[in-house]
Amino acid sequence: MIQGKNKGRRKAYDTLMRSAMLFSTVLTVAIVVFMIGYVLIKGIPNVSWTLLTTERSYLKDTIGILPDILNTVYIVVATLLLVLPLGVGAAVYLTEYAGKSRLVALIEYAAETLSGIPSIIYGLVGMLLFSNTFGTSLLAGALTLVMMNLPTVMRTVQESLKTVPQSYREGAFGLGAGKWRVIRTVVLPGCIDGVVTGCILSVGRILGESAALLFTAGFAHALNGVLTGLFSPGATLTVALYVYAKEEGEFGVAFAIAAILMGLTLLINLSATLAGKYFEKRRRI
Amino acid sequence: MAPLRFLKRDVKSKRTLERVVHGTFLIMGLITVGCVLLITIYLIVAGLPAIREIGLIDFLFGKEWASTEAEPKFGILPFILTSVYGTAGAIVLGVPVGFFTAVFLSKLAGKRVRAVVDTAVNLLAGIPSVVYGLVGMLVLVPAVRELFGLPDGASLFSAIIVLAIMILPSIIKVSLTALDAVPKDYEDASLALGATPVETYFKVSVPAAKSGIAAAVVLGVGRAIGEAMAVMMVSGNVANMPSLFESVRFLTTAVASEMAYASEGSLQRNALFSIALVLFLFIMLINATLNFFLKRKGERE
Repeated sequence: MIQGKNKGRRKAYDTLMRSAMLFSTVLTVAIVVFMIGYVLIKGIPNVSWTLLTTERSYLKDTIGILPDILNTVYIVVATLLLVLPLGVGAAVYLTEYAGKSRLVALIEYAAETLSGIPSIIYGLVGMLLFSNTFGTSLLAGALTLVMMNLPTVMRTVQESLKTVPQSYREGAFGLGAGKWRVIRTVVLPGCIDGVVTGCILSVGRILGESAALLFTAGFAHALNGVLTGLFSPGATLTVALYVYAKEEGEFGVAFAIAAILMGLTLLINLSATLAGKYFEKRRRI
Repeated sequence: MAPLRFLKRDVKSKRTLERVVHGTFLIMGLITVGCVLLITIYLIVAGLPAIREIGLIDFLFGKEWASTEAEPKFGILPFILTSVYGTAGAIVLGVPVGFFTAVFLSKLAGKRVRAVVDTAVNLLAGIPSVVYGLVGMLVLVPAVRELFGLPDGASLFSAIIVLAIMILPSIIKVSLTALDAVPKDYEDASLALGATPVETYFKVSVPAAKSGIAAAVVLGVGRAIGEAMAVMMVSGNVANMPSLFESVRFLTTAVASEMAYASEGSLQRNALFSIALVLFLFIMLINATLNFFLKRKGERE
């Protein structure tokens, strides 16, 4: 109900802004629907049993992405094994030991800086730091990804530690427990939701990462076991997608990988939502 | 006496344990700081030699990049300008869409609609950049070629569109948090004075959330300037001075495209590290701006 002398202008403003909002939201959703739909429709017909379970064979002229799938699994596991303890440790230090010192501000500033650095720069530094030591290998790639994901894990664990009630700690101290015992028995069990959330977010980022891995983990498609795999170069799914699309023009394979990645993205988002809901419910009880 | 001595030793070993544990956690806490230092030092050490050899002015303002010629030229002005123009273009297209979507979600949308769009935005954020690149390569690039009658659609324009889409989630999410945090009282007061809901949102809520929205824009700038793979797949990758419908090369793609074959120790490879150093300086500047806005937001609350 608009009254007064600027009635016409105000009404027009109202309509204009409303349509701008509606248009933008519809556009955003349309982009998402198009991306997902297009990739799945173009990709799924190209996903075949041979593709998933063999390696590339020049004799039979078939392309298989089993090595790339395995490389992805290796690199995800290796990164998580390294980044989770470090992230938890850093978060425990920040919430339990550091208090409100200048050091905390410094560490948090460093974490923020790390999350703002583009992945191509991580790739270069990883190449200088790790590939020179371990050679171009999945391990060098995983170490690079550890640097990238450390701030994320640290932050999610920190958030979850903040929800451990202060009275629990005080109770344990009152019973005569030392600091380490309190951390072990009271604080660490409280960080499990942070660890799970950090895990999910990190896996999502690792799956999507390409620029940081091109020069650290390389783009070989060799089928390896875990140990040899970690110490030899290998492409993850995203890197393989890039190589097949940009260098080789194998768009069918590229779309098949894209569809798989899209499926994994959907799965990761779903598990993040479910985990969030589950932990919120548990916290309220 | 004997049990007491035993107790003392126990206390002593416990204290040592506590110290060791404290030290271990301290080291883990300092790893992030160590990473930042390592990255900074390595980039400076690797990036400076080429700049020294080429000369800072020639390097930054040279208009020609021909790293593999017999008489190589290492001017990165085309890359700097392309990155700046590309980012600016992505912001011009992406920010309005993201901003209006955020206002809609925060103020107008019902609970169900918001949940659905939230999920969509999260998905958009989770799609790997190479997938954007792939779809861009096969849908956007041909469409741009047809639409504007170009010989090749891989151009700055295509890259801007891809970047605009890629920064949407960051802009929406950060603005949304800021808009949600605006006290309800402000809006109620404005409504009671006779403003329409839409007027209230844009003339009261948005100004109240402006630091957060500014932070969202700066975050978008950081994302756009740092993106490499998607842009590499749609921008054509020729070291031209930027022009909307020509093939261009960004700071990020300049590094990514030549690193694979630049031989170790060569001036070409060192110059690539220098480009990374320039990019890193841009990012640090953006981070500082972002912190400024976030801090201002924190102080006001």
